Amino acid sequence: MMKLLARNRHAVQRIGYSFITLMAVVTVLPIVGTVLFILFKGGSAISWEFLTSFPHDGMRAGGILPAIIGTLYLTIGTAIFSVPLGIAAAIYLSEYAKDTPLTRTIRLAIINLAGIPSVVYGLFGLGLFVLFLQFGTSILAASLTLSIMTLPVIISTAEEALRSVPQQFRTVSISLGATRWQTIQRIVLKEALPGILTGVILGLERAAGETAPILFTGAAFFLPRLPQSPFDATMALPYHLFVISTQVPEMPIQIQYGTALVLLVFVLTMNIIATVIRSRARAKRQW
Amino acid sequence: MEKSLNWREFIITRAIKASGYSAIVFVLLIFFFLMREGLPALSEVDASSLLSLRWYPIENYFGILPLITGSLIVTLGAALIAVPFGIGTAVYISEIAPRWMREILKPLVELLGGLPSVVLGFLGILVVSPNLRILLDLPTGLTAFTGSLLLGGIAVPTVVSVAEDALDAVPRSYREGAWALGATPWQTIWRVTLPAAKSGVLTAIMLGVGRAIGETMTVMMVTGNAPVLALKLNSLFSPVRTMTATIAAEMGEVANGSVHYHTLFLIGIILFLISLTVNVIASSVVFRAKKRAERILS
Amino acid sequence: MTDKIIIDNLSLQYADGAESLRGISMGIRQNAVTVLFGPAGGGKSTLLRCLNRLNDLTDIKTSSGRILIDGKNILDPKTDVIALRRKVGMVFARPVPLPMSIRENITYGMELAGEKRRSKLDEAVERSLKLAAIWDEVKDRLNDPAIALSGGQQQRVCLARVLALQPEIILLDEPTSGLDPISTGKVEFALLELKKLYTIILVPHSVQQAARTADHAAFFLQGELIEYDEGKKMFTTPKEKKTEDYIMGRFG
Repeated sequence: MMKLLARNRHAVQRIGYSFITLMAVVTVLPIVGTVLFILFKGGSAISWEFLTSFPHDGMRAGGILPAIIGTLYLTIGTAIFSVPLGIAAAIYLSEYAKDTPLTRTIRLAIINLAGIPSVVYGLFGLGLFVLFLQFGTSILAASLTLSIMTLPVIISTAEEALRSVPQQFRTVSISLGATRWQTIQRIVLKEALPGILTGVILGLERAAGETAPILFTGAAFFLPRLPQSPFDATMALPYHLFVISTQVPEMPIQIQYGTALVLLVFVLTMNIIATVIRSRARAKRQW
Repeated sequence: MEKSLNWREFIITRAIKASGYSAIVFVLLIFFFLMREGLPALSEVDASSLLSLRWYPIENYFGILPLITGSLIVTLGAALIAVPFGIGTAVYISEIAPRWMREILKPLVELLGGLPSVVLGFLGILVVSPNLRILLDLPTGLTAFTGSLLLGGIAVPTVVSVAEDALDAVPRSYREGAWALGATPWQTIWRVTLPAAKSGVLTAIMLGVGRAIGETMTVMMVTGNAPVLALKLNSLFSPVRTMTATIAAEMGEVANGSVHYHTLFLIGIILFLISLTVNVIASSVVFRAKKRAERILS
Repeated sequence: MTDKIIIDNLSLQYADGAESLRGISMGIRQNAVTVLFGPAGGGKSTLLRCLNRLNDLTDIKTSSGRILIDGKNILDPKTDVIALRRKVGMVFARPVPLPMSIRENITYGMELAGEKRRSKLDEAVERSLKLAAIWDEVKDRLNDPAIALSGGQQQRVCLARVLALQPEIILLDEPTSGLDPISTGKVEFALLELKKLYTIILVPHSVQQAARTADHAAFFLQGELIEYDEGKKMFTTPKEKKTEDYIMGRFG
């Protein structure tokens, strides 16, 4: 009887493990599949001309240059606002804040910012930046909207990176006559840099791929020329993909897959850079 | 020299503190501007109209119930997919997978989290929905179910990463204790590790659901955008329209300050409050669990 | 000899209720090794951390009393703590090399103080490493990461790092607790040389080390100063019963 039970237990063990493994496979395979599928389908659309020329014939021909440049602008614009603010906020939480009700409120606010739907950010950007501050539908308004959306990602990853720097480094530095800021600047930030960088890139990656927050704050359906100032609207890769796959009838499928591919490569490159920075920093770490 | 150093230190410290408070300021600003643009809808539109079953703004029908049920049914479907697969994957990564496998899987799942939702929507239109239409013999492939399927994929990374963190945080000694009592690894997972990580797993589910309910582009592209009340299970296989998709699709075409404009912001308020509730509850679950862990350890 | 430091009725309590000090008064001699010893939780480390105001980093519930260094009360809120910490250096229980090269570890404090001249820095590196009896072992690899050294070497580099700032007082909090006997011997040997130049306050990691190194010794028990005397007298003929019991190993 005991023997049977024991055998049974091990059968359950084997079946259970296989089942869980299968679930993981089913979850992960489509990710790989999606990426490979788009690489495969879109690859033939990619040409120098596709990457460097304007769309024409109602976007059914030509390239996607303004969308690529636009996404670059938006990503840079987002970085300008969210990176300094996010890192500073992370420094505050990790190095200065004590466990007070105020600090807990800040943390709650960050969690909430992370959870707010992207389209609600779009509404907010429309209400505050486009209309109230009269920036218009512009790169500036869209970048600011994306910045606030990206902020929680940057803050929480940067804080984690800062906290992982051993406490003794701070004590020793202070005991050698450093001020708190000198300690942060010379020791803590330097050691946490790879982790912070990883968080920043992952945050910007999300911003670069977002459509909903820029729909009413800065995205343009079609522009015959590149934006000239931060107050101009811009085309952007994700919005362009949305437009050509839903709003333009008889759109050549090649161009659609090609655009999806460029967007995917843009995002994937950032993702891979972040992953590489993180794993290299882990290997090199002295503590 | 010392003096200028002190001044610099003073200014930098102030700037850092101000940045620290910025998150609160932004949440308040978001709330304020949503209210400012959305609350007028409550006086401009009759309650009976708001609670009616018809969303047809051109003829002044502003019934938001179909949109709410649309969001709910798509999210429910997404949760039914994302929760088991997400937790299963988290268990696999944290408890079963060998180290090298973990090093591959974690970045891959993270990658899924980074895939732009518009790319998933694009594939949904071109690949998923035609195949589903044929497979399930439906009049159209653009249904709530299509949305759920893709949304499940979008919610999975959130569920996996939070649940995996929770499983990782279970002390190794718990598992060793169970093994020492003769439990198989499988029994240990079910009877010791998962229950010990319960609150974290719960948080994972909530955050995953929160992620799904707020997702916009994918659902807008694949759910067919028909604002009909979805209460029965078979509405899962017909077109619906979610709150997020409604805002995204219509805001571009309304006149600023019109009734329609205000109503779309009102829907934004509803979404904001939903995400606020989900996150407050999720974070208080985490908070309680941490407290308990501290008590055990001290 | 004069008292370099005068501690006057110092009391302190941490916010979390941990280790505290109760009414400590003592004078600490210049150019001597003063040893603070006693069982764990007696207040020795707390007292050390008062002397360079490192306790500012910790939540303190209440504190009262004065600490005079060269006649000035350093607990005064107006004290320039940065200057104080340069004057009162500290070596910690476990060696904590900062994540940089040996050389940079030594020059870190000086660069913070605004010293930029390469010649001055080089000079300080050599002088302080020699004083800490580690120069010969590291002089050919000053640009290697400090973490690559052995524990004993790291601890002497940490000592040199403090010496580079030319302090007047050196606090050592169980500096040899993680080290093997040979490395411990080297650190203790360095101390013998150093006391000619500095005022040294040492929390030893054993009674034996206390007896070996103490010119003066103070016995702490649960936040109170039980006995304070010359080292030779204390470890041969203690006056207090509690001190004797502890030295004899009857508790602790």
